Amino acid sequence: MSVRVMTGNDAAATAVKLARTQVIAAYPITPQSPVVESLSTWVESGELPAEFVAVESEHSALSVCIGASTVGARAFTATSANGLAYMTEQVWWAAGARLPIVMCVANRAMAAPWSVLNDQQDSMSVRDAGWVQLYCRDNQEILDTTVQAFHIAEELNAPVMVCYDGFLLSHTMMPVDVPDAGTVDGFLPPRTAPLQIVDTADPRNVGPVTLADPRPDADGVLQPGYMEFRAMHHAALLEALDAVPAADRAWAGITGRSSGGLLSEYLLDDADTVLVAAGSLVTQLTLVADGLRAEGVRAGVLGIRCYRPFPAEALRDRLAGRSLAVVFDKALSYGYQGPICEDLKAALYDGGDSPAVHGVVCGLGGRDVTPVQLASAVREARADLEAGMRDRAPHWIGLVEGSMR
Amino acid sequence: MMASGRESVEIRWHGRGGQGAVTAAKLLAEAAYASGWEGVTSAPSFGAERRGAPVTASTRLAHEPVRVLSQVTAPDVVIVLDDSLLAVANATAGLKPGGTLLVNTTLSAAELGVAGDVNVVATDVTGSAEAAGVIVAGQPIVSAAILGAVAKATGLVTLPSVEHAIAGMFPAGPAGKNAEAAKIAYECTPGKGAAA
Repeated sequence: MSVRVMTGNDAAATAVKLARTQVIAAYPITPQSPVVESLSTWVESGELPAEFVAVESEHSALSVCIGASTVGARAFTATSANGLAYMTEQVWWAAGARLPIVMCVANRAMAAPWSVLNDQQDSMSVRDAGWVQLYCRDNQEILDTTVQAFHIAEELNAPVMVCYDGFLLSHTMMPVDVPDAGTVDGFLPPRTAPLQIVDTADPRNVGPVTLADPRPDADGVLQPGYMEFRAMHHAALLEALDAVPAADRAWAGITGRSSGGLLSEYLLDDADTVLVAAGSLVTQLTLVADGLRAEGVRAGVLGIRCYRPFPAEALRDRLAGRSLAVVFDKALSYGYQGPICEDLKAALYDGGDSPAVHGVVCGLGGRDVTPVQLASAVREARADLEAGMRDRAPHWIGLVEGSMR
Repeated sequence: MMASGRESVEIRWHGRGGQGAVTAAKLLAEAAYASGWEGVTSAPSFGAERRGAPVTASTRLAHEPVRVLSQVTAPDVVIVLDDSLLAVANATAGLKPGGTLLVNTTLSAAELGVAGDVNVVATDVTGSAEAAGVIVAGQPIVSAAILGAVAKATGLVTLPSVEHAIAGMFPAGPAGKNAEAAKIAYECTPGKGAAA
């Protein structure tokens, strides 16, 4: 291993190379582009023996990965924001067809209005598509999680999305411990592809069309209908609640580095006020917890690493007996509230021992979020709870009301 | 409460698009890590960049992992690659009292006319780049040379760590010229604590 100072995009590309990815297809979009630019350079130089397929759109990028993955290749793409939205049809296809594709999403705000800057609306908007979604706190986690993503995907036959904050991580350099190829090879053997269908001795057509009900195939064996396929897919996603921490533990056994499995924790054991978020905000919130502790507030941090499947049971367990969870979302379900906040409330519903949950919306479209602002949002939430508010509309950090008409 | 460690340093860069501020910020992160700062981050200002337009970048140095990712608003050090930016970009905004302002200029520190409790260091980094032959499309490029001036003026990184970072960033030929430019800039820049 050697420590190199690199951007989050470099960390992602390095992990894809170490994973011996065989097919990469991509269309450039800020802030993801440097990932596939690096991969393209390495394919061209021979450093990465893979096929790099340059396409005319994100829809085609994921379509190429779907084809490659269907015939047994380890396939990767990366995108952001409107690129992810443009490939949405294939995002669902990759999941429903149970293909172990890995995609990095350098999180960026959705247009309109245009913004190339960070929030997490893009990946949150496809949370229901049936991919495992993992969020990274720093560049080391981008490398570690991207390698683990292939392991998890191939174990479950389900695609994995590795999400990291655009610019805040994608373009920020920090030290990253880079494992050697042998270490990664030991963790991630070549894909065995039990569902591989290209066999010239046994030619077949792949066109997954279903009817509403199960029906017997040509040999008289009862085959699933649409709902049965969906129930099996759902079960596979739920298996990720074990597979994700298992991959993290195995990786920690080799490298000494854990990303926390489903959740990351900081000063949580005796905390009565718990700060909840996903991505690089979790890193900043540890500073905020330190500051609040110095004021006498028993604050801790619970980071959501695995957002889909949603680790409801682990969250209930870790939040039982606390007085308040303050959830920081960099996305919004318009007309309702932040996605993590609504999911957490649902997970805690009817739990007699559950904390109040107060939502905060912040950092949309790249708006700077400082530790000072985060700390005062926590103080406000605590004051609201002390005033008897168990629930409230989300608060927005840093909104300049005077600019709105 | 919001510092990122027992001892941390925040640096803001000002340059013009295409001048190399982002490359310089990257080189500083590499050099700082090699100089023993275990926690470093370096980032460009986020957004659209156009050639010639004012751009910024930021670097944080600490002896533990840097946990703050918001923008640098109260820097300890400001580095200006083009003295015309002093007026245009309000380069000293938020600079901590007693902080260092390093300016690439042919003027003297006094001639720059910077008011307030600021340690102004004036140095002709463009001249250093020219002297070492770091010229691209007719223009001297200061992205690596400035690191020599930073090493001397702030003492935050060593000259060998700067040379190490340059060797890692550029192909062999350009790396040699850029390292030479940094060395000349180091020699021409007043040291930390020296009278301006």
